This record gives sequence, structure tokens and C-alpha cells, in this order.
Amino acid sequence: MEYILILISTVFVSNIVLTQFLGICPFIGVSNKVQTALGMTGAVTFVMVIATTVTYLLYTYLLVPLGIEFARTITFILVIAALVQLVEIILKKVSPSLYQALGIFLPLITTNCAVLGVAVLTIQKDNNLIESVFFSAGNALGFGLALILFSAIREQLELLNIPKAMKGVPIAFVTAGLLALAFMGFAGIVKM
Amino acid sequence: MNQWQNFSKGFLKENAVFVLFLGLCPTLGVTTSAVNGLGMGLATTFVLTMSNLVVSMVKNVVPDKVRIPAFIVIIATFVTVVELVMKGFLPDLYKALGLFIPLIVVNCIVLGRAEAFASKNTFLSSVIDGLGMGLGFALALTILGGVRELFGNGSLFGYKFISGDGMLLFILPPGAFLALGYLIMLMHKLKKRIY
Repeated sequence: MEYILILISTVFVSNIVLTQFLGICPFIGVSNKVQTALGMTGAVTFVMVIATTVTYLLYTYLLVPLGIEFARTITFILVIAALVQLVEIILKKVSPSLYQALGIFLPLITTNCAVLGVAVLTIQKDNNLIESVFFSAGNALGFGLALILFSAIREQLELLNIPKAMKGVPIAFVTAGLLALAFMGFAGIVKM
Repeated sequence: MNQWQNFSKGFLKENAVFVLFLGLCPTLGVTTSAVNGLGMGLATTFVLTMSNLVVSMVKNVVPDKVRIPAFIVIIATFVTVVELVMKGFLPDLYKALGLFIPLIVVNCIVLGRAEAFASKNTFLSSVIDGLGMGLGFALALTILGGVRELFGNGSLFGYKFISGDGMLLFILPPGAFLALGYLIMLMHKLKKRIY
């Protein structure tokens, strides 16, 4: 039950993109088509869950016993960068079709602040290992939900007659604002 | 390109937030007030200038293949410096900015300038570029924070000059998206006048 609550709260109530502002760059950048949004979601989910698990273990069993918690940022970003490379190499060997689909999105994930953000957040929240896994999976799903919804809306926006100065990014932000407003309706469902 | 153009391009022509759309996470996340926006902007300026400086100095030593991880380590070092200094001397700001301080590492502008500018240019132009882009970023954050604070709370830099509560929406997350959307629209309009 507790784990389901974590999932609900991370996907809907405190959605990582729309209420915490993490991962905005891909949210605005690759949300022109539903297809690319799906690819990005897959890549992020994959990397985020693995990265959070690895960084959690490293932090708890290496950095804390050694008393070097201040090296958190530098360790985490290195782990994430290395993981992204590793995932890229493994995918290329094991599943070339999936690699083709995710291909261009994988390197971008290193600088996706949602991945580092979730790794740091789960430490700040004092989650245990299983909670961390659910927390990262929920956040990845929340990211995917927001991204796919948003790209579906943007596909429709292309067809509309929008004032010239609003075209492109400005209207995307206003749309995102309205989407965030809708997600505020979930506030208070789960107390975390 | 002379050094003055190199410095000033970050403010309007290649402004990180309004024109290049880089570094949007901290832009939206911390700008609930003008002071927070300014603090975040200056912290990023420091990291950007210092990382540009170091990257431009080591650019001939670092092998091409490992250049991105090397740049990330350099950036992460300066972010840790900012984190510790802010925790020690500005605890209130540190609390307000929270998660977004370690996230300066993955701010696309910092790595972007290291890769696109500092790894190809001299020491002096890299520092000037870092300062210009950073201060332009700080300016954008302060403007956005100011607008949100003004509409949401009726105050600016903490000085309240409109009585009443203001529109809470602008302090809440949706307001960040709306305010930035309309500000970018204004920039599009203004750009035609200026050039």
C-alpha cells in the first residue's frame, strides 16, 4: 500500500515536470511529436531507475561510511554519465532495434536534470532502497505522462492559427502552464 | 568579434533563457521571488565563469574522447564550492534554492558554453563569455522572479508596495510557465523593434 502511495504521489500529486520543474529541457525540446515523446520516456525510465538505485547504494555504503557526503554531486553526475554510456553500449549489442529507437535520446539524458534531481531527492527524503526504486519509477512515469500528454496537445496546436509572436515556444509554455494548473487538482490526495 | 560584443551578446542577442531556451529548470523552479532569481543567477554566473576559465586552460591537455566527462568533473567541482560556501554564509538562500544548487551541474548553459566556446577559444575571451552569458542568465531570472513576485505578492525584492494578497497563481508552479511564456512572447515582439 505504501509503495502504491509513493507511485500515485510521484506520478500525479507532485509531478516531477509540472510541479517540481525538473526535466524541462526535454519537456519543451522533444515534445513536438508523440512518437519521439514515447522514445524519450522509455530512455529516461530505464536510466532513472538504474541510476537512482546505483547512486543510492553508493551514497549509503560508500560516501556515508567514509564521511565524504560533500562529494555527492560530483559522484552522482559521474555515475550517471558512466551509466548512460554503459546502457548505450549494452543496448547496441543486445537490442539494436531499441537502440535505434532510443539512439539520439540517450546521450541527452546525462544533462537531463530530472535524473540527477531524483537521485538527490530520494537521499534527501531518507527513503530506503525499495522506496527509492518505487520513487524513481514513479517519477519516471510522471515525466512520461506529462511529456506524452503535452506532445499530444502540441501536435494539435500545430494546426491552429496562433498570433505570430506566440508561435513556437511561448504558446508551449502557456499550454504547459494550463496543464500544470490541471495537475494542481490532484494536490492533497496523498500527504507525503 | 571584439570583447565588448563577446560580453554583451549574453544579455539580449543570445540570452540563455529568452532566446536559446537553455537552463529552464532552475529558471522556472527558483524564481518565486526576485531575490531568489538573482541569487541563483549569480551562483550560475560564478560556476560558468570559473568552468570556462579552467576548460579554456586545459583544452589542449584533455584528450578529445574524454572531454565531456572531464568538463563535467570541472563543473561539478565548482558547484560543490558554491554549495558549501552558500550553506556556510547564506543559509536562508541555500534553503530557498534547495535542490537546484546541485542541479547547476546539469544546467545546459554551463556545459554548453564549455563545449561550444571555452574549448575553442582563448583564456580571456572564455572568461568574458562566461561572465556575459552568466549575467544575462541572472538578468533573465531576476526579471522572471520580479514579475512573479510583483503579481503574486505585490512586492519587489521583498519591499511590499501594493497592499492585498496578489494572485497566488503566479507564485504557484503554473504561474512560472505562464509568466515565462508571456515574457518570451514580449521578447519576440521587442526583438523586431531593436534589430
